[in-house]
Amino acid sequence: MSHLTPFQTFLLLSILKVIVVLVITLTTVAYTVLLERKVLGRIQNRWGPSRVGPFGLLQPLADGIKLFLKEELIPIASERPLFIIAPIIALTCSLISVAVVPFGGMQMVHGVEIFNVADLNIGLLVILGITSIGVYGIALSGWSSNNKFALLGSLRATSQMISYELALGLSLVGVVLRAQSLSLRDIVNSQSAHGLLSWNVFGGFQFVAFFIYLMAAYAETNRAPFDLPEAESELVAGYHTEYSSMKFAMFFMAEYANMVTVSCVATLLFFGGASSPLGHLLPDNFGGPVLTAVFPILWFVVKVLFFLLLYIWVRGTLPRFRYDQLMSFGWKFLLPVAMANIVVTSLVMALRS
Amino acid sequence: MFFEAKTDSRKTKQNIMQLVLFIIFGALAVAGALNLLLQRHPINSALSLVVVMMSLAVLYWSLGAEFLAAAQVIVYSGAIMVFFVFVIMLLNAGEEERTKGSRAAYLVGFPGAAAIFCLLSFVFLSESHALGSSSVGGYLNHITSNISEVSALLFTKLLLPFEVTSVLILVAILGAVVLARKEQ
Repeated sequence: MSHLTPFQTFLLLSILKVIVVLVITLTTVAYTVLLERKVLGRIQNRWGPSRVGPFGLLQPLADGIKLFLKEELIPIASERPLFIIAPIIALTCSLISVAVVPFGGMQMVHGVEIFNVADLNIGLLVILGITSIGVYGIALSGWSSNNKFALLGSLRATSQMISYELALGLSLVGVVLRAQSLSLRDIVNSQSAHGLLSWNVFGGFQFVAFFIYLMAAYAETNRAPFDLPEAESELVAGYHTEYSSMKFAMFFMAEYANMVTVSCVATLLFFGGASSPLGHLLPDNFGGPVLTAVFPILWFVVKVLFFLLLYIWVRGTLPRFRYDQLMSFGWKFLLPVAMANIVVTSLVMALRS
Repeated sequence: MFFEAKTDSRKTKQNIMQLVLFIIFGALAVAGALNLLLQRHPINSALSLVVVMMSLAVLYWSLGAEFLAAAQVIVYSGAIMVFFVFVIMLLNAGEEERTKGSRAAYLVGFPGAAAIFCLLSFVFLSESHALGSSSVGGYLNHITSNISEVSALLFTKLLLPFEVTSVLILVAILGAVVLARKEQ
């Protein structure tokens, strides 16, 4: 690539990175749905999808074809432009945040980092900002459908997401204090010194923050046990009641892409990101350049998969909250505990420095 | 010599890209602001305001204020405007009714707006040395992180205004609680 200028190399590699990461994320989303159906099936003592392909592995493909070919209905009394734009906002916002996630070690090719689409110095704030914009997709979908169930679902979802965003943001402050940076790469590097022992959740004593983050994140993504926005026994299907075909699929994909993002952030902030749990027990150049590049990605994928499985496990185990319980849990328990965590963390850090 | 020329060309290229970004998002902000005034439905107006705020955030970022940009998105577009949309949805506000407008508004409004625009641009252009300047672009990479600088400034030099603002917000919260409480 010597005949290309640095700018052209940067542009080509960036486009390549975007395409690869997008394809991988969408595949992950599709197979997380299958994983969920399979694991939920086992938890409930049944098989789950098993007919399409070996072990039901082609089920996501069949689902995709089905959703593509279905008729698309738009209610006549709906607010048409907003009805169409709402799922687009939801899906776009959930897919953009993956761009700032460093999913591998620091590998430079021609001066461009290849295992991270964009390494920003405020990566964490960018993720929080994009999450807060994603609320619009849900809020607008419910309102523009002109359906009382959809409106109630979206009101529930919006107020829930705004309430838990506070606890979510505050739970991350302890980690930022420890890393002294908002760049996700720096936060990962701050935990990579002694492997497992220097991860924020263990050695960093941020386990309180971790549990607050986990609970707030489940509420942020509208998943069980906080899935009141789509409580099917009360609200038909919540905010996407009126949506069909690909527009419904976009909401569905947005939900699972949000799950993936949240798992990625939990991995990066509390579980050392792509760094190995063994620390430097193995030599750094173990197994040549290829294995050195592959191992961090492997660790990252394993950790993210663990969080995705945890999501499914929780959904199969816990019953749904009542709405007033949900609100008082967020405001009266999670928020004060998150603030106490900030105070304690900064006190300890001030005393030790 | 060669190296110098190379970095120079890179810098101009970067500046051109920043300029393109500035033009795109500046135009988007103006278009959003016009749309905000012209739309008849409150939800559409609120969403145009979100577009304006997001484009402003991009402009802040291209001027090197990345923390301000993030705060703008999280606080304004992510929290405050969501509440606006929320209230409009809950109240089920209909389309606004157009009036002809008063003659005084036309006679005073347009010249007044033009005068304010001229005054502001005159002050900014003539006092640009005193106000300080920042070149567009060149800050988007890792070289500077102004978060620590902003926080140091907030907690030392500007501590009193900062605390007074927090007290002001606290008063507003208490007022909201008092207003929302049921009469006993």
